[in-house]
Amino acid sequence: MNGLTGAYVPGGSPLHRLPAGAKLAGLAACCTVLVLLRAPVSMAVAALVVGVLFAVSGVGVAAAWAQVRPVRWFAVALFAMQVVFADLPSAITSVSRVVLAVALAGLVTLTTRTEAMMAFLERCLSPARWVGLDPFRLSLLLSLTIRSVPVMADLATRVREAQRARGVEWSVRAFAVPLVVSALRHADALGEALSARGLDD
Amino acid sequence: MIELDDVRVRLGQREVLCGVTARLPERRIGVIGANGSGKSTLARLLNGLVLPTSGTVTVLGDDTRRHAARIRRRVGFLFTDPDAQIVMPTVAEDVAFSLRRHKLPREEVQRRVTDVLDRYGLAGHADHPAHQLSGGQKQLLALCSVLVLEPEILVMDEPTTLLDLRHSRLVADVLRELPQQVVVISHDLALLADFDRLLVMDEGRIVADAPPPAAIGHYRKLMS
Amino acid sequence: MPRLTGGKGFPTGDIARISVFAALIAALGLPGTLNLFGNTVPITLQTFGVMLAGTILGSWRAALAVAVLLVLVAAGLPLLAGGRGGLGVFAGASAGYLIGWLPGAAVTGWIVERGGHHPGIVRLAVACVVGGIGVIYLVGLPVQAAVTGVPLGRTVLLSATLFLPGDLIKAVLAAIVTKGTQRAYPDAVPAVHRERLRASKEG
Repeated sequence: MNGLTGAYVPGGSPLHRLPAGAKLAGLAACCTVLVLLRAPVSMAVAALVVGVLFAVSGVGVAAAWAQVRPVRWFAVALFAMQVVFADLPSAITSVSRVVLAVALAGLVTLTTRTEAMMAFLERCLSPARWVGLDPFRLSLLLSLTIRSVPVMADLATRVREAQRARGVEWSVRAFAVPLVVSALRHADALGEALSARGLDD
Repeated sequence: MIELDDVRVRLGQREVLCGVTARLPERRIGVIGANGSGKSTLARLLNGLVLPTSGTVTVLGDDTRRHAARIRRRVGFLFTDPDAQIVMPTVAEDVAFSLRRHKLPREEVQRRVTDVLDRYGLAGHADHPAHQLSGGQKQLLALCSVLVLEPEILVMDEPTTLLDLRHSRLVADVLRELPQQVVVISHDLALLADFDRLLVMDEGRIVADAPPPAAIGHYRKLMS
Repeated sequence: MPRLTGGKGFPTGDIARISVFAALIAALGLPGTLNLFGNTVPITLQTFGVMLAGTILGSWRAALAVAVLLVLVAAGLPLLAGGRGGLGVFAGASAGYLIGWLPGAAVTGWIVERGGHHPGIVRLAVACVVGGIGVIYLVGLPVQAAVTGVPLGRTVLLSATLFLPGDLIKAVLAAIVTKGTQRAYPDAVPAVHRERLRASKEG
C-alpha cells in the first residue's frame, strides 16, 4: 500500500483557514439542524447551503464526489425502503439528511490537514492522562499506529502466502492464528525497542 | 569498558545465562554461538534491557541494575528487525524521535538529522514513509536513529541477518568506520572476521574467548 | 525477555501492543488481506479484529486501540474497510457501530479478564458475542434507526437477518483463533500478561 495520506485538498479558502476545532463544532451544529429538519423544502435549502460551502472551498467536484460515493448504494436502498414503508416526502428527507451529513463531514476532511485534525483530536483525548498516558505517549501511540499499518499489512500478506503454500487457503484459523501470534511478537519486540530507545527513562 | 561478574539470568524456569564472567575493553567484540545459547540475552544485559538475576553487569562504570536509564543513553542498541525498531512514520521523524529528550532547538534537530542521514546515504529519503525503504535501507535508518545520539558503546543483535549481501557489506563497512566500542552478536562470520575478540557461547556459558581465527575454529567444531 | 514496565505508570510494552492491534484492525480491512471462504463472501473482518483486540489485550487496552484507530480515521486516514476514512463515516448510518467498537472491545476484554489465566473457549465465545455483537449492536442500531428514520423495530429485524449470521460466525472464529493464539503465545492471555508486567516491575 502507498503512503497513508488523508483526503486533504490544499487550498486557501476561508474554510481551509478555519481551525479544525471550529470546523468540527460547526459540523456538529449542522448535523443537529439536519436531524431537526423535517420538510423536503427545508432539505432543499440545506442542500443549497452545502452546495455553496463546497463552491467556496474550491475542492472540486471529483474530491466532493469521492466523499459521498461510499454511501451511494446505501442511499438508493434507503430511498426504496422509505418509499415502500413510509411515503415519498420522508424518503426524500431521510436520504438527503444522510447524504448531506456525509458531504459536510467530508468537506471538513477535505479542507483540514491530517496533522491539524490529529493535533486537535489528540487534545480531545487528553483525559487519557488519568490512565497514565501523557500527551507525549498519546502522540507516540498515534504515530506508532500509522507506522504499524503497513507493517501489519505486509505481515498479513506474508502469512497468507505461507497459508497458500501449505494448501490451507480456506482455513481462517490457519490464517489468523499465525497472524495474531506474529503481531504480538512484533508488538513485544517493538516495546523492547522503545525501551532501548529510552522511552522508560 | 564492559564488565560481567558471575552473571546469571533466569527467565521463568530456564537459566539462560549460567555464570558469565568477562572483562571487555577491546574496541570491536563479536559474540557467536548456536540459537538459544544466550547471545541475545547477553546483548540485552549490556544496556539494561535485561537485568541479571544474580551477579553484576558494569557498563562505563555504572551498574546496570542501578543506572539503567543513564546506561541506555550511553549505549545504543540495534535490533535484528528494523521494522520493530522504527517507530515513526517517516524517515526524518524517526531519527528526530531519538533526539526528543535533548531539548534542542528545531533547527539544530533538523541539522543533526540531515547530517546523519547524509552520512549513510539516506538524505534523499528524509520525508519518505519508512515502509517504502528496502530492508537494507531500513536497517541503515535504524542505525542512523541510534548513531544520531552519539552513543559511547553500540550493541548490535544480529544486524545483518535479514539483509542481502550488498547491504550486509554496507553495514560491515559502517561498523569498521565507527569510532566507538561495538559489541556485535552475529551468525555472519565474515562480518566478525577482522574483530579484535570473539566470544563463543554455548548453553548459557562462554566456552571460547579468543581472536577470530581461533574462536571461529572452536565454533565450527562445536557446531559439527 | 523484554522488560516492559516504564517508570511513569504506563508500560512501554502496552503502547506497542495497543498500536499494533489498532494497525491490525486497520490491516484486516485492507482489500485482499483476507477474504472469507475464497472470494465468495466479501465480509469485512474489522469487527473480528475488534473482538481479537478485546480477547487478547484486555478491556481498557482494547478500548484504547479502537480509540486510536477511530481518531486516525476521523483525522482522514483511509483505515476502514474499503479505504474509508474521514469524518463522513461518523455521519453515516453505520457511525453507531463504529462508536460501539469502543465499549464492545472493552466489554469483550472485561469478560475474558474474569476468566483468569486460562479463559475457556466458551468464555471467549461468550465474550465475543456479548461484547463484539451485543454491545456494538446496542450502540449501532439506535444510531442507525435515528439516521435513516427507519423505526427501531424494523432496523433490528433487518440487521438481525442481514448481519447477525456473519457476525456470529466471526465471534466463534475469534474465540477459536484466540484460543489457538494463547496456546502458541501464553502472554496473549490478559491476566498472564499483567502478571508478567508486575513480576518484571518487582524484579
